[in-house]
Amino acid sequence: MTEPLGRLTSLSIFRRMLLMRHFEEAVIRLYNEGRFVSHYHIYIGQEATGAAVLEALGQDDLISTTHRNHGHIVGRGADAGRAMAEILGRATGFNGGRGGTLHICDASRGFLSTSAVVGGCASLATGAAFGIKVNHQARVATAFFGDGALEEGVVIEAFNMAALWKLPVVYICENNSAGAVGMQGGGYPTAITATDSFCRLPAAYGIPTKVVDGTDMAAVYRATVEARQHCLAGDGPVFIEAFTDRWPGSNPLWPELATVTELAQAWEPDSIGGAHAEWIRHHDPLLRAVRDLLAEGHLTRSEIVAEDQAARWRIEQAITFAVDSPLPLPETAEQGVFA
Amino acid sequence: MTVTTYAAALIDALRLSMEEDPRVAIVGSAVLGLGPQRGLMDPIREAFADRIFDPPTAEAALVSLGVGAAMAGARPFIDVGTASFVYVGWSPLINEAAVAHYMSGGQLRVPVVYHMLHGLRGGGAAQHSGSPQGMLWNAPGLEIVMPSCPADAKGLLRTAIRSDNPTIFIDHAKLLGAEGPVPDGDYAIAFGQADIKRPGRDVTIVATSFSVTTALAAAELLAADGIEAEVVDPRTLVPLDHATILDSVGRTGRLVVVDEGHLSCGVASEIAAIVAEEGFDRLRAPIVRVTRSDVPTPFSKPLEDAITPSADKICAAVRRVLGR
Repeated sequence: MTEPLGRLTSLSIFRRMLLMRHFEEAVIRLYNEGRFVSHYHIYIGQEATGAAVLEALGQDDLISTTHRNHGHIVGRGADAGRAMAEILGRATGFNGGRGGTLHICDASRGFLSTSAVVGGCASLATGAAFGIKVNHQARVATAFFGDGALEEGVVIEAFNMAALWKLPVVYICENNSAGAVGMQGGGYPTAITATDSFCRLPAAYGIPTKVVDGTDMAAVYRATVEARQHCLAGDGPVFIEAFTDRWPGSNPLWPELATVTELAQAWEPDSIGGAHAEWIRHHDPLLRAVRDLLAEGHLTRSEIVAEDQAARWRIEQAITFAVDSPLPLPETAEQGVFA
Repeated sequence: MTVTTYAAALIDALRLSMEEDPRVAIVGSAVLGLGPQRGLMDPIREAFADRIFDPPTAEAALVSLGVGAAMAGARPFIDVGTASFVYVGWSPLINEAAVAHYMSGGQLRVPVVYHMLHGLRGGGAAQHSGSPQGMLWNAPGLEIVMPSCPADAKGLLRTAIRSDNPTIFIDHAKLLGAEGPVPDGDYAIAFGQADIKRPGRDVTIVATSFSVTTALAAAELLAADGIEAEVVDPRTLVPLDHATILDSVGRTGRLVVVDEGHLSCGVASEIAAIVAEEGFDRLRAPIVRVTRSDVPTPFSKPLEDAITPSADKICAAVRRVLGR
């Protein structure tokens, strides 16, 4: 357990996490209602990592994310209604319905093209960092990716370039395949890799690496702040491996199990049950955040409930906006190929 | 007008672009390959040392670097080298650069130029002779430029670097040393404007890149027999100037298309299809394509020559469409 964060920082991260969680729960619900057709990827379980990283980033920083982007998008403060509209293929979606769940992008908040090609995000962020360097800007690029990205050669090539040219890029590997249980056996149980430490890959190029508990918002936040300062000082890239405990219900491409997180479970553990009771009790980063906020005296139970209600209300508004939004007109399908 | 080499004209445009816009950065400084013109890059390397980077041999990340840098507001000029190597960077080119503007609903722009040397250059064999223009044309979202002479190279590169779209700039290894008149001073040539390199009444030859040189040589041979061929150079495949091609076919009634790519699903096939679809009533004979054969490119000279579009093959194609 790292030193706790201040109240305002903790609260801001917690708010981002709440939006992420309720957004994803809504996505599952809307899918089960037949509101959209696609496979999709859920961020539940990884919120503490994304929210803490986003809290540490500057307003002008650039971000690349993946097929599992929803959490990063809404956690960055992007309009949840337009994000949900994109998932539902609506004209009002961020991408006008041209991207969908895999490619949500809010360029106004510094997102690069959201690539669903595994590893693509890491090399795009490296390119963005190159652009930042060439333009002499005081900002950094950040890439979120899962452990699977480190099976892709282009990521290794990108490490080499970033290290050679001291590019201001923070690589955030959200290791969501291992989980606390899996790691007890040593190595990475679901990644198909011969290495037992992903950090060795960037380290081979001299890139500083740091392993953090991805459910510990303070640890992730502090690591990201430090990495960002390293980049801004002109000292080159940093690699952070955050061990997250992805909600087991999101393992299938079509999560069949709906979930609604009840924050009271943080102080009423006896109320926890169901197929994922073990995960909820020990690995849910949102409930951990609630317990930490209570223990540190940052929020009371009633304040937590109020925060939760505010987040749920925002997501309900987002759903209403998305569902009520028009579909794009078919005659626009061939428009906008070129700038 | 000043007579200069293709390589010198190209480098002149590169220098003007770097002087004009501090966001332009070059990744890969062997823009002219390893041939005799390579020294022309030296003054640029010295003048813009902080904006020129020599990358590792890592084409996938190199192509991706250009996409990310362009999204971040830079205007990268990425030298891929021999065009065959762009296949290593296919995913970032096709899955990222080409689609980002459309897929983001117009939020993102990708102003990157990918420069490469294509074509049958002599002894390149199957992995150093690539002409990827047909495959690239099959990926919506990429502008494709194929100059054929020094003046066009300069004017088209000025436009390519100013473009807000990902642009593939394809030079031919055998064009770099070619000489031709170049207008004095700075100028730009708009995309989507074909150029009639030689007027003629009897047959239209649409040719790209170095094939224009070959087509002009064929036209000279044909002229000796009283056949006047019109040589049309599209200059850019995307966007493509349909009107100039169709107008020419309207005057001649006959079409031969020449490109160094392979036959199937290639540039010549696409142009032939467009004319068949949009200008069938103007044709008085079937269209003939002259391209590289559908075989992996062989090394040995007689084998390579056998699959290369030549002036003789173009002449034979013209006689076929003329029925004589």
